[in-house]
Amino acid sequence: MLIKLTGGKVYDPTNNINGEVRDIYFADGRVVEAPADGRVDKEYDARGRVVMAGAIDPHTHIGGGKVTIARTLLPEDHYKDEVAHTSITRAGTGHATPSTMVTGYRYAEMGYTSAFEPAMLPANARQAHMEMGDTPLLDKGAFVMLGSDDYLLRLMAGQASFEQIKDYIAWTMHAAQAIAVKVVNPGGISAFKFNQRKLDLDEKHVYYGITPRDIIQTLARGLVELGVTHPLHIHGCNLGIPGNVETTLATIRASEGLPMHLTHIQFHSYATEGDRHFSSGAVQVAELLKKYPNVSIDVGQVMFGATCTASGDSMRQYNGAKNADPKRWVVMDIECDAGCGVVPFRYRDKSFVHALQWAIGLETFLLCDDPWRIFLTTDHPNGAPFYTYPHLIRLLMDRDFRRETMLHVNPEALQYSTLPHLEREYSMYDVAIMTRAGPARSLGLKDLGHVGVGARADITVYKDDANRERMFTTPELVFKNGELIVRDGKVIKVVNGATHVVRPEYDRAIEKPLKEYFDRYHTVRMENFRLSDDEIIDGGRGEIIVQPTRARTSS
Amino acid sequence: MTAHAEGDATHTYENVTCPFCGLLCDDLTVTRTGSTLKVSNGCPRATAGFQRPLPPAKPMVRDGEVTLDEAIKAAADLVRQAKLPLYGGMATDVAGQRAILAMADQTCGVVDHALSDGQYRNLRVVQTSGWIMSTLTEVRNRADLIIIVGSDVHKLHGRFFDRIVNPEHTMFDGFGTKRTVVFVGEGLDTSGAVGPRVDEVISLPVAKDRIPEVLAAISARVRGFSIPAPQAAAPSTSKMGSMFAGLVPGSKLATTDAPAHEIAGIPFAEIDAVAEKCKKAQYGVLVWAPPALSMPQADMTVHMMTEIVRELNQTTRFAGLSLGGNEGAPSAASTCTWQTGYPLRVSFANGKPEYDSVRYNIGRMLTEGEGDLLVWVASIGTDIGLPQTKLPTIVLGTPGVRLAQAPTVFIPVGTPGVDHAGQMVRCDNVVSLPMKNLHRSQLPSSADVLAAIQAAL
Repeated sequence: MLIKLTGGKVYDPTNNINGEVRDIYFADGRVVEAPADGRVDKEYDARGRVVMAGAIDPHTHIGGGKVTIARTLLPEDHYKDEVAHTSITRAGTGHATPSTMVTGYRYAEMGYTSAFEPAMLPANARQAHMEMGDTPLLDKGAFVMLGSDDYLLRLMAGQASFEQIKDYIAWTMHAAQAIAVKVVNPGGISAFKFNQRKLDLDEKHVYYGITPRDIIQTLARGLVELGVTHPLHIHGCNLGIPGNVETTLATIRASEGLPMHLTHIQFHSYATEGDRHFSSGAVQVAELLKKYPNVSIDVGQVMFGATCTASGDSMRQYNGAKNADPKRWVVMDIECDAGCGVVPFRYRDKSFVHALQWAIGLETFLLCDDPWRIFLTTDHPNGAPFYTYPHLIRLLMDRDFRRETMLHVNPEALQYSTLPHLEREYSMYDVAIMTRAGPARSLGLKDLGHVGVGARADITVYKDDANRERMFTTPELVFKNGELIVRDGKVIKVVNGATHVVRPEYDRAIEKPLKEYFDRYHTVRMENFRLSDDEIIDGGRGEIIVQPTRARTSS
Repeated sequence: MTAHAEGDATHTYENVTCPFCGLLCDDLTVTRTGSTLKVSNGCPRATAGFQRPLPPAKPMVRDGEVTLDEAIKAAADLVRQAKLPLYGGMATDVAGQRAILAMADQTCGVVDHALSDGQYRNLRVVQTSGWIMSTLTEVRNRADLIIIVGSDVHKLHGRFFDRIVNPEHTMFDGFGTKRTVVFVGEGLDTSGAVGPRVDEVISLPVAKDRIPEVLAAISARVRGFSIPAPQAAAPSTSKMGSMFAGLVPGSKLATTDAPAHEIAGIPFAEIDAVAEKCKKAQYGVLVWAPPALSMPQADMTVHMMTEIVRELNQTTRFAGLSLGGNEGAPSAASTCTWQTGYPLRVSFANGKPEYDSVRYNIGRMLTEGEGDLLVWVASIGTDIGLPQTKLPTIVLGTPGVRLAQAPTVFIPVGTPGVDHAGQMVRCDNVVSLPMKNLHRSQLPSSADVLAAIQAAL
């Protein structure tokens, strides 16, 4: 069936289209050329509407053990947001950690058609994919966590050949069905199990004798040589500690030209000025990033209200547990592989610290002048649930609204941030880059994040409303693979999305020492640690899309 | 028509995951000849589970044999008429849990697992204070102190000691190389703790209902409090345990200045020695199997353990490790949590998931005469058979499952990891494992039967 979307104002940065009025045609789930004879089977009138590709969230905790721990921990988080089933949708619950189906519905109802889980532990990969398999309407993928797993640290400490380390990274990406690699508090999750309570960039792990800098550089370089598109996704050292901006600046310099992505950088941009020894380091970060075009970031914006923080960073979460609200939290040491920490939290606009966190995030958005290198995230649910994105977009696009909002937050906090002086307003084009084209390019999703010919017909149509929050909350139409799934902000059809993975080359010979290792130390066999394609495809409920990698190289 | 596998050729399966307890050991070798299985390295429970001769079983409707299609139609008729169907048992894999939840959602029913009472001893703690926990591989390699509380682990999980406590090798030279194993509770089989890594075995053989007193003493000692001896309690107040006497409002702490000689029959010095070992441990672990903690308010016992763990983490590393998890209970709780936000005991009666861990306890509902249909899934072991009830019942069961009465509709189903492939969640709620199809029979999976019933609604 050939469908025409007529006369919308199209924002498609991948194809350099900035608000031009265009017709878009799609058939069999793909954007196609206009038919020569002009005949179409169905037409949707998009005149006066804003048209973009379906949005992509490149960092959102939607699946896996820690999210389900968070769901378990806080039944009261769900009580006020219970969702009844309809003839086409399942029952579920919302709020900070919504149930899987509700996650899919609400993302789609906001115009999102893809979302990526950024912290999949290899040991928990099967469950992460099961949960994502129960998340409808979205394409998804996951970043596998390395860097506190014994095998990598053991290879590094034992000065294994770099080719062997690359084989292990690639093997893990295959085994866990990942699209990218993330490192969380590099080495620190492991160090915490050895009772180290902090691990700075150049501090040695007490057992392996290696540093976070070693781990970051090893993984970043490994991924480059394996040809993986998304750079190493880094949750750095010292999350949440005043003064950690120095660590962040040092981490950026440590990239030494290697591509890197620093995630939820807001939580890593804290300086120590003022009476409270807590101030914004956003200016320093933004300035340094201008000199490092190889480094991209996402923000991890804080929004006021109750949420639940869920992270692989057991070391820092344990430390933050004293601030749990309500006073109830979970920390886990997992399989000599990784860990997690789940700590409920309430960000209050009248709190000096929370208001400053809020301001630092916004400052970061407004100071970084290259929207291709900054992605819109709240690190759902850590800074706020993903439903707050439209509000955040309005804060970025509407200076007056931002000023008015600043009147309600702790005024002292604003003195330690440049936010009150920032005049910039994001354009529609900037927003389209940050929520579509940028993440797609960074993740190597060639046919997502744009609406050019050949793209997947994931398309969102918005009413052009001066109230940007209202506009981005309730898209008029959302198409997934060319099927209309949302009308006026409500799901009208449920389809399943695909799972994106990469399959970098590796030498199969690595399975010999790996099998011996698993047999000797683990409680899961190597053969069962690996997640098969069939487990994701699951009789046709799921689909795997293998994204290309560049040829493997050696330095 | 159990539809046994054809022929008698022999097949050998390696790296087989065992569905018969929450450890999900995945290193089994199973040989199948026709429909007969032989396990070469299983614990007694695994061996019994895999090697149990499968009795012939046919779909039944009210004592009469029917075809599978007729049984599905009869089941759909019952479900369609029900106003509040109860979906219990839930002993199945993740695909089965998904199918139960889909049907319960559509038919406005209630979901609960047969072994929820045990799981809720943990869940109440998570939902009131949280905890610090570990997992099997972590404990196997890292722990230098393993304290097993009130649970006869050797009997419940036959390979726990072989796989977690006794392995010769550890990932970390100098960490967890030698370990102390402490048993708290009387009548626990300590024979499993042997081998080159087990340095010392300590037993505190306290009666099960007095375990909380010993834990309270350990808790006090790791916090640095002294434990004075109680005064002889006056006969009139002796119903209160002496340790609680000081908590009665208005009463003064009835103690002497002398230190306690014993607590719950265990010499104080022995308890104190364990507390000292806790403080000195590099990575200590408190282990329990929730179903074994049958003392009243066992969640308070779990809580006491998790608070000891929390205290010790101020200076060293310590964690809990919960075992149990038989009959697919962690698969049920995890799947229900990610799909609804709540860990079982959920009612969809008003179309939304409504959670109440007391009200939607299906055991209680049956006793109180609530609900008007029981759908019971028992696809793994034969022990969690259909409970006594006057309600009409639909049972999806492994052939030979214990039934308190003849169900209205019985549909024999396969066991995940034996008769069909699947995925299950391990007792530590982190690792999940693939379940292999060993082709013992051609029995359908509970997920397929449930989907067929739902399609026929």
